Amino acid sequence: MTSGAMLWSVRRELWENRSIYLAPLIVAIVIVCASVVATLAGRHTRPDDFARGCEFAAAALMGTTLIVAIFYCLDALYTERRDRAILFWKSMPVSDWTVVLSKMAVPLILLPVITFVISVAMQLTMLLTSSAILSIKGQGAAALWKFPWLQMSAGLLHHLVTVHGLYYAPIFGWLLLVSAWAKRLPFLWAFLPLAIIGFIEKIVFNTTRFGTMLGSRISGGMEGNPAKGGVMMPWPAHPLEFLASPGLWIGLAVAATCLAAAVRLRRYRDPI
Amino acid sequence: MAVIEARGIRKSFGTTVALDGVDLRVEEGRIVGLIGPNGAGKTTALNTLLGLTPYQGELTVLGRDPWTARAELMRDVAFIADVAVLPRWMRVSHLLDYAGGVHPRFRRAKAEAFLAKTAIRRNAKVRELSKGMVTQLHLALVMAVDARLLVLDEPTLGLDILYRKQFYDSLLNDYFDQSRTILVTTHQVEEIQDVLTDVVFINRGRIVFNSSMEQFESRYLEVLVRPDRLEAARALRPIHERQMLGRSILLFDLQAASADRQQLAALGEVRKPSIADLFVAVMEGQGATP
Repeated sequence: MTSGAMLWSVRRELWENRSIYLAPLIVAIVIVCASVVATLAGRHTRPDDFARGCEFAAAALMGTTLIVAIFYCLDALYTERRDRAILFWKSMPVSDWTVVLSKMAVPLILLPVITFVISVAMQLTMLLTSSAILSIKGQGAAALWKFPWLQMSAGLLHHLVTVHGLYYAPIFGWLLLVSAWAKRLPFLWAFLPLAIIGFIEKIVFNTTRFGTMLGSRISGGMEGNPAKGGVMMPWPAHPLEFLASPGLWIGLAVAATCLAAAVRLRRYRDPI
Repeated sequence: MAVIEARGIRKSFGTTVALDGVDLRVEEGRIVGLIGPNGAGKTTALNTLLGLTPYQGELTVLGRDPWTARAELMRDVAFIADVAVLPRWMRVSHLLDYAGGVHPRFRRAKAEAFLAKTAIRRNAKVRELSKGMVTQLHLALVMAVDARLLVLDEPTLGLDILYRKQFYDSLLNDYFDQSRTILVTTHQVEEIQDVLTDVVFINRGRIVFNSSMEQFESRYLEVLVRPDRLEAARALRPIHERQMLGRSILLFDLQAASADRQQLAALGEVRKPSIADLFVAVMEGQGATP
């Protein structure tokens, strides 16, 4: 595997899936416009309101990129088989590992980075437009600038790396695996088995551990720690504590297993 | 060293046997036509050579095992699986960028020079191109790769005769040389007869005929038999007989016939048979055609 082949493979993903950057960009633009309207209407002018607005905006962006990531993963190894283009990709000297890892890099690395950059740019634009509007209206904007800007960005980055990058890895790995396996309806195959396991557990044992486990995974393992607050902002949730949590390592092991299986499937599977 | 060396290749899908012990050796600098009826195992055979499918038996392509070393092998092998496999969403310029980025032997200037002779715009998407143009584009990509083996699976399927002719002309004039090897399957056998150096027939997963074109031309001949000599000609053990415009055309294998070239010439007009005619004869001999 050469780094060149890897970088070009990731670039190719961006050419094919422009929603990777267009979707968060559009959401960010809509949020900035809404924030301008809100400031003009005289709302969100108090610093803590403004901070809450910024937090909400960052969360909306993260939600958007998470949805993009889910659809991207389900499509990634499925569409190339359906449109037979896999035969072209396999005529290039690029290994199946490089291809699968480049596809995993999109939700794991690329989307968090894009989310962070767009979030910071969006919050900065919100701050500048709100300050400008308040100044024109003759109200003081200085209070807005006391807002803990750096701390919030650092918190966001921390959350993106730990939760979206590392904690969600098994989710993306599973989706890629289904996408490499399904002959049709990858979306259904990704979610139905999980629901069935949950139902069976409920019927047989009358427990909901599987569902709780999935919920904990999706919430980023924060539900057991109400002290850390609902949203991602408190900084730092101790990095060592995070690295020591078994959930993280079990998740990464599941992700690695799913990827290895996806690579194997991509070698064996014919175009659909 | 042979470019392709296959011994006893077997491949089955469930209970269907696709390849039933294929032995094949292809030397460097040959242009081999792999001809067979639908479902004979052509595509499966090519897929094993390209590392797209696992198999049983011994196989090396350019000294490598294709199944375990596909990515490495693809530096020296180019293939066109069929005309529809270029990603439809992709722009022509992006295809060139990508190939140049991942393929160490891709010469972009060569692809650009070939595309300059076509009507393909660089910023067009593959889905906006006609079928003929997609084939031209794929050919441009493949010819720009300095590969030692080129594999073509029905490369001109669904194209009109102008594109088909241009395709093989470009391949021979701008690409082929003695250090390259080409393996091609097609149903339009007549069109590539003069291009090939070797011809291989495959049927029911087995190689049933394998010959160089020189051998083929010296071994087989066709006689347009005069009606009064028909019974005499039939007695000389032709391998096939067909009717055309009320005349009988008999195909002889000089190694099996009980007559030589001179004797056969006395029966009527002697002609060089086409691969297609021999193909029909061989397949009917095997009971493959209705």
